[in-house]
Amino acid sequence: MKRILRSFLLLLLLSFILQVKSFAYSTDPEKFISEIIDEAKLILNSSDTKEIKAEKLSIIALKTVDVKGIGYYTLGKKRKDIDPDQLGKYQELFEKYFLKSFTSRLTDYSDPKISVLSAEKVSEKYTIVKTMLVKTDKKPEVKIDWRVYTKDPNKPLIRDLIVEGLSLARTQKEEFASILNSNNNEIDALFQKLEEFINK
Amino acid sequence: MTLDRIKIWLCAIVFLSVSSVGSYADEKYTTNECFEKFSRGTLKFNQALDRAILKPVAKGYRALPVGVRTGTSNFMGNLRSLLTFSNNVLQGDIKNAGNTAGRFVINTTVGILGIFDPASKMGFEKKSREDFGQTLGVWGADTGCYFVLPVLGPTTTRDAIGLIGNVFIDPVYHLTHGGETDLVVGNENMGEHNYYIYKGTDAVDFRSKNIESIDSLEKNSIDFYASVKSLYLQNRVQKISNQPISSKGQDDSDWEEIDNQ
Repeated sequence: MKRILRSFLLLLLLSFILQVKSFAYSTDPEKFISEIIDEAKLILNSSDTKEIKAEKLSIIALKTVDVKGIGYYTLGKKRKDIDPDQLGKYQELFEKYFLKSFTSRLTDYSDPKISVLSAEKVSEKYTIVKTMLVKTDKKPEVKIDWRVYTKDPNKPLIRDLIVEGLSLARTQKEEFASILNSNNNEIDALFQKLEEFINK
Repeated sequence: MTLDRIKIWLCAIVFLSVSSVGSYADEKYTTNECFEKFSRGTLKFNQALDRAILKPVAKGYRALPVGVRTGTSNFMGNLRSLLTFSNNVLQGDIKNAGNTAGRFVINTTVGILGIFDPASKMGFEKKSREDFGQTLGVWGADTGCYFVLPVLGPTTTRDAIGLIGNVFIDPVYHLTHGGETDLVVGNENMGEHNYYIYKGTDAVDFRSKNIESIDSLEKNSIDFYASVKSLYLQNRVQKISNQPISSKGQDDSDWEEIDNQ
């Protein structure tokens, strides 16, 4: 009996994993963003703890955001000066940093109401999906543009969020550049700052 | 120093800064620091001031009923639109000058001194604010270097000149400083303190709308000073061009390199 129960549970778990794995986002950028928002809303509105919410949001981010590309972009020209080991360490730290920062920003919103307004294909590689964080009693409405990388039309990826016209990727890039500039362009100084953030 | 002397200095500085560079199409999202150590210190001072005074006041203000806050915000915005109008005209932006003037007339009359915003419902869209720093940018003045002013916050050489210039072209300033100025517009019945109440309330209104976003930025930045600088400069670029960054397209050279790796 125990064995049957164990097999059943294993089967249930396997089917759940397969279901999660097989879930594919739409290839249409507007629908793609709409699906991500709906999924994130479900998580943020749930009764889960902040930590579990952050974990679930991280899974979505890893599937839908070009974390590696953003990491390279934010490192700027410095990425050409460092050796492969340092680049590997940077990528590892950046992913942890990005997920912590990304989920921390999102979990501050308990019940976000975001409307997807339109999509504009700005080039062969990019589509901007325009959304609006709806106004509440306390906060004004916020325009959020999602810069979706569509070089591979079957796998769109988010490369930037432009909040009220301000690019988060650019801000992050300049933040990293500032740390490097004030530390003789030493990559270790950036590693240290990233580690401090990840461990705080 | 007399007001006339200040005007002469201002004109000279504006002339020099405008004649030094090309157009805002050349505008950079980054700019050099004037004196970074001092600016970093000033930002820390401003943050402490914000924590001690502005943020608590903004939180208190947020506790007021929504109607009161919206009315206050509209009233302030309506007064502020006078400075926007002056700058629309100086930028040669007649279309937006008409829109700003139309909004002001409708909201001041039908909207009871600007407390309500019937103009938006009548097709006069609410546009972004304009200031003299933006006007200098439109005229082609160079950004100059970046620094942080005590209390007033981030700025650049051009925007600091703009701050002084605002005083000369802001009708609200002249209405409240009527007794001191030799300009045509003047009203001695309105004290100077009204101007500072207006500016202070505007700052509290802005801060109350951004409590969470500033908290989040402070919490998630590994170099808060650099984040503020980047956001400030990006904001100025889009305000001068009156176009959001996303619709203009970004400098994709770095992305291109990554794609081709």
